[in-house]
Amino acid sequence: MASCVHRIEVRFSKDPRLKTRTDRIRSLGFPIDELHLVDVYTITTGMRDFSAVELDQIGSQLINPVVQEFSVDLPFLADFDYALEVGFLPGVTDNVGTTARQTIVDFFLGVEGVSVYTSQLFFINGGISPGLVQKLASTLANPLVNRVHSKTRKEYGTSGMGREVPLVRLHELPTAGEVDLILEDRELTRLGKEGIEDPVTHQRRGPLALDLDQLHAIRDYFITKGRNPKDIELESLAQTWSEHCKHTIFASAMDDDLPDGLYKTYIQAATNKIRKDKGEKDICLTVFTDNSGAIIFDDYYLVTHKVETHNSPSALDPFGGALTGIVGVNRDTIGFGLGAKPCINVYGYCVGDPGSDPALFRGRDRTNPILPPRRILDGVVHGVGVGGNCSGIPTSQGWVYFDNRYVGKPLVFAGTVGVMPRELSGRKLYEKQAEPGDLIVVAGGRVGKDGIHGATFSSEALDPGSPVTAVQIGDPVTQKKLSDVIVKEARDLGLYRSITDNGAGGISCSVAEMAKECNGARVSLDKVPLKYPGMAPWEIWISESQERMTLAVPPGKIDTFMELMGRREVEAVVIGEFSDSGRCVVEFHGDVVMDIELAFLHDGLPKKHLKTRLTKKTYPEPAVPCPQRLDATLVAMLQRKNICSKEFISVQYDHTVQGGHVLGPLQGKGRVQAMATLTKVVPGSKKGVGLSQGMFPSYSEIDPYLMAAAGIDTAIRGLIALGIPLDAIAILDNFCWCSSDDPERLGQLKRAAKGCYDIATAFGTPFISGKDSMYNDFSGYDADNNPVKVSVPPTLLISSIGIHEDVLRSVSIDAKIEGDLVYVIGATKEEMGGSEYFAYLGGVGNVVPALDPVIVKERYERLTEAILHELVASSCPVARGGLGVALGMVAIAGRLGMEISIPSGMRPDYFLFSESLGRFVVTISPENRQVFEQILGEDAMLLGTVTGNNLRISGMDLLIDERVSELENAYKAPFKEY
Amino acid sequence: MNAAHSPLTTSPGKDNSSQPDLIAEKALIMSGFGINSEMETQEVLLRAGMASDIVHINDLIDGRTKLGQYRLLVFPGGFSYGDDTGAGNAFANRVRNNLWKDVEDFIDGDNLVLGICNGFQIIANLGLVPAFDHHFSRDIALMPNRKGVLECRFVTLKPAAENLWTKGIERIYCPAAHGEGNFSCSPDTLRRLKEQEMIALTYCREDLSPANGEYPYNPNGSVEDIAGITSADGKVLGLMPHPERAMDFVNLYDWPLRKEQLKRNGMATPDESLNMQMFRNIVDYFR
Repeated sequence: MASCVHRIEVRFSKDPRLKTRTDRIRSLGFPIDELHLVDVYTITTGMRDFSAVELDQIGSQLINPVVQEFSVDLPFLADFDYALEVGFLPGVTDNVGTTARQTIVDFFLGVEGVSVYTSQLFFINGGISPGLVQKLASTLANPLVNRVHSKTRKEYGTSGMGREVPLVRLHELPTAGEVDLILEDRELTRLGKEGIEDPVTHQRRGPLALDLDQLHAIRDYFITKGRNPKDIELESLAQTWSEHCKHTIFASAMDDDLPDGLYKTYIQAATNKIRKDKGEKDICLTVFTDNSGAIIFDDYYLVTHKVETHNSPSALDPFGGALTGIVGVNRDTIGFGLGAKPCINVYGYCVGDPGSDPALFRGRDRTNPILPPRRILDGVVHGVGVGGNCSGIPTSQGWVYFDNRYVGKPLVFAGTVGVMPRELSGRKLYEKQAEPGDLIVVAGGRVGKDGIHGATFSSEALDPGSPVTAVQIGDPVTQKKLSDVIVKEARDLGLYRSITDNGAGGISCSVAEMAKECNGARVSLDKVPLKYPGMAPWEIWISESQERMTLAVPPGKIDTFMELMGRREVEAVVIGEFSDSGRCVVEFHGDVVMDIELAFLHDGLPKKHLKTRLTKKTYPEPAVPCPQRLDATLVAMLQRKNICSKEFISVQYDHTVQGGHVLGPLQGKGRVQAMATLTKVVPGSKKGVGLSQGMFPSYSEIDPYLMAAAGIDTAIRGLIALGIPLDAIAILDNFCWCSSDDPERLGQLKRAAKGCYDIATAFGTPFISGKDSMYNDFSGYDADNNPVKVSVPPTLLISSIGIHEDVLRSVSIDAKIEGDLVYVIGATKEEMGGSEYFAYLGGVGNVVPALDPVIVKERYERLTEAILHELVASSCPVARGGLGVALGMVAIAGRLGMEISIPSGMRPDYFLFSESLGRFVVTISPENRQVFEQILGEDAMLLGTVTGNNLRISGMDLLIDERVSELENAYKAPFKEY
Repeated sequence: MNAAHSPLTTSPGKDNSSQPDLIAEKALIMSGFGINSEMETQEVLLRAGMASDIVHINDLIDGRTKLGQYRLLVFPGGFSYGDDTGAGNAFANRVRNNLWKDVEDFIDGDNLVLGICNGFQIIANLGLVPAFDHHFSRDIALMPNRKGVLECRFVTLKPAAENLWTKGIERIYCPAAHGEGNFSCSPDTLRRLKEQEMIALTYCREDLSPANGEYPYNPNGSVEDIAGITSADGKVLGLMPHPERAMDFVNLYDWPLRKEQLKRNGMATPDESLNMQMFRNIVDYFR
């Protein structure tokens, strides 16, 4: 009924957003003269229409009258050339709309059937052609998420933009269909690749990502049952068996020497060995089995950590993909044990050079272009920020790495640390056990078509057919309500026995996973609350709609549980019960639509035997002589995008909420981004949680084993520099590989995993959690229709977590006092392969840094002793860019000069920019010299003193003499305008 | 079932277990719908000597908890309703549409109200500040920051008027972390705020000279560097920055340098930061 649609337009009398927005649009190449913004609320009513007075009341609740005004059903009239309206596509989460609706329902107690849809109007004056307007529209809107609508001033007239309502209309059969698997292999392969054919539209529903062996196993299973599978059963198996969920590549036998596969041989075995070797000093509580890994914080608390990736969704919708990535990993914390409280977020982004705009397309004939790196960067930075900021979780530590091999598929890492008491009233909170008879409860957001095929989709390379429904937008407020009631109330009241997150595969995976605890489950899908009617059972079962947890609630506690959820306005519904039947049974309006034995669902996956090969690659060594002076080189190195300051990210992420800030992402007067952060997570405790990360994709193609070693060493060294002892550190692995069907890529993977085992066991730092993403490839076309494949470099992110005994004795990176002595700890070798310096010279090289963990381990123990005895004034790990960059950062951070002399024997530029592992730059008070040198022994090389305003570095001759303020400008220049 | 959460500080995991004597008066810390700084706010009050209950707004609406049992009402920091429809606006609507009578009665008593960050945005939308002549209208706005994004950084504040909240305080050095803190009001409102000495805190440089609107000292573009104001009767304070997030010495951005300087001069490092004084002043008001 058109008469029941109203449009409220809100504008600022003096809009504070305009300057930034106008600048931003101009910087993207649209020379507009003037911009005006109007926020639009489109309100639909179902039961009765609102009167003019009521609409006026609604309008005044949506504004602040001091600075804003509104109009009802009256378009904004002004002088402009074009009007662009950007709203959401039907079914896309509209958080502001939801809040506005709640305000209206609150005000008119009991009013029903109200919906609110928000959009934003851009009025543009002058400067651009109609063609550019269309281009601007596509810049402001993402076609997978937004609807955009433009009018010229004339078309706009006096009636404005019109009242468009993005209603979801579905025409699907809400029943489960049968799928015939008695097919030729070619047809089966197509089924696996493109999905089930819809009986009505005859369109394929999107990839199952099942290969022929797997489809044969499924066909054979159903032959023994004497029936064909239903579509929901096939979809469910596809989810559970996906690479994303079962990690088949890490689990499969490999070559002749790894019958148990990479995970068991190299990752799990490393942790098992370390835990056994450490005996009483073991810090692990839960490893690999739960949604996060957990280590001991103190006698009363534990901390959890988990790092996830959300790569494919972020390629399509950077903001939504990154936002759902971070709030998703928050749920891995809430879903750990009986629910840990998320207390720190971390991030990492691998993207293309934001200054580039590669012409690559997912479709032929220049259709479906990839998003330019700048838009991906802006979107993912914003998405992770909104997730953390809105949830009250500090986002402290993180990094960005640029390489044009990430243009087709960016990598978005998002991690969360949680804290919880180890026990409460005799219950171990880190253990969970659903019992037969417990009710299956889904709490949180409703289910829509969002994110369908997310799990299978992220297991496939991105190509023209990537499904649009994979795009989701998070709703941090719904999740915050859910998180609060679980972690701060229901958990401590003992109202449930098990809980898990709904992530990849939605309830199909969460219920099947929890059903393992008691050996069975029965679900009535028609009880699941939906965003809109008309969804088919398979869609409800595998939808990845966000902000939902699944719980096992004992029948005796269900009333208390539901009453509490009701009071907190968190929707919770009983959708079935756990059993010990050995089966996962799903009903829809009384019909059984799925009945599969758990044994087959979880273990029926055919085993694979993977073959690998590894060919050593060689690269030409750059043949550039060492310059006489290195001032300009150091300035250029500090300006490298992989080295320079990305402070704009740190400041838009609230890193102080929860009151635990100790050493944040920025340190010293010069505000240098540190590699590691330290945060208090239990008020009143002296202890703190240190976090760092390490990743060296530029070493991967040269030597994947040493690439892994560098990642582990760097992640650990970040924490050693804070004063955290090696035996209080645990690590996490995230493998983001490419083309994992290629034996060469698997050969690199095998070497990297072997490196993980060797280095982790040598250091005694256990893996507590890990995740892999194996197909980070883009397949598409260039502007001339030539097929193009862009694969990410094999990327291994190692994240570290460690417990600092006494944060007051921790050390920051900045030089502090004039006259202090400057040391480099650890030997520098000519290891230039894959270094940032060689990249600067336009080369790659062949000698990547090696690591002798036995020597380095002893060094770390000595440095820890010196730091904990408070002999050290500053300590900074030497990482990307080498010693020269580290000295620069220590000086910039302290806004103090240094007088440094480096030894002869090596090319000075190589000495300054080699990335040899295991090193630190440390400054100390001169009075501590003797005892410091006694502790560190030969590992400590005195380089000079903190003095003056310049960084002066000499070898045989003066090499560098540059004002620290100039270095600071260089370090901060590249992203100054972001 | 008691909906108020027990403070983390009662945990045996604490190292510095010495608690000050608690006053009898209690604080109510509002929670729910995306408020998120309730726990650190509870901690800081406890250290200053005042116990509190964290209460979900729905428990007040249901009548399970009565506001009248408390003497201090705190709207802590957060992102209530995700800042949708304007920061603090939707939560203020919820209070106004459901709890207004209770809040009015509370204000009329000899009680205090504190709003920090999102809490300031809420009480500004409720008209609890400035509340000229005891009239609760929306006279100020906290608009989107001049730079258009959330900004998290340490800021220096100095008291700009005499009131119970900032007694004995020379400076506050603490994080600001908000996307909408750009204080704005009509010239007439600004004049009255000045005349009635209601501008409680202003952004300034490290040497306490005025920020004069200069970024980043004034992080959001607030008129006259205003970071916080009181109500006309002085019993309500709203401020954008977060002193409760910097209670310990080690919470301060520059603590590593300060520690090294103190050490070289043979001086001990303090445990807590000077920001605690603001919360002690609240407790002293009730003593």
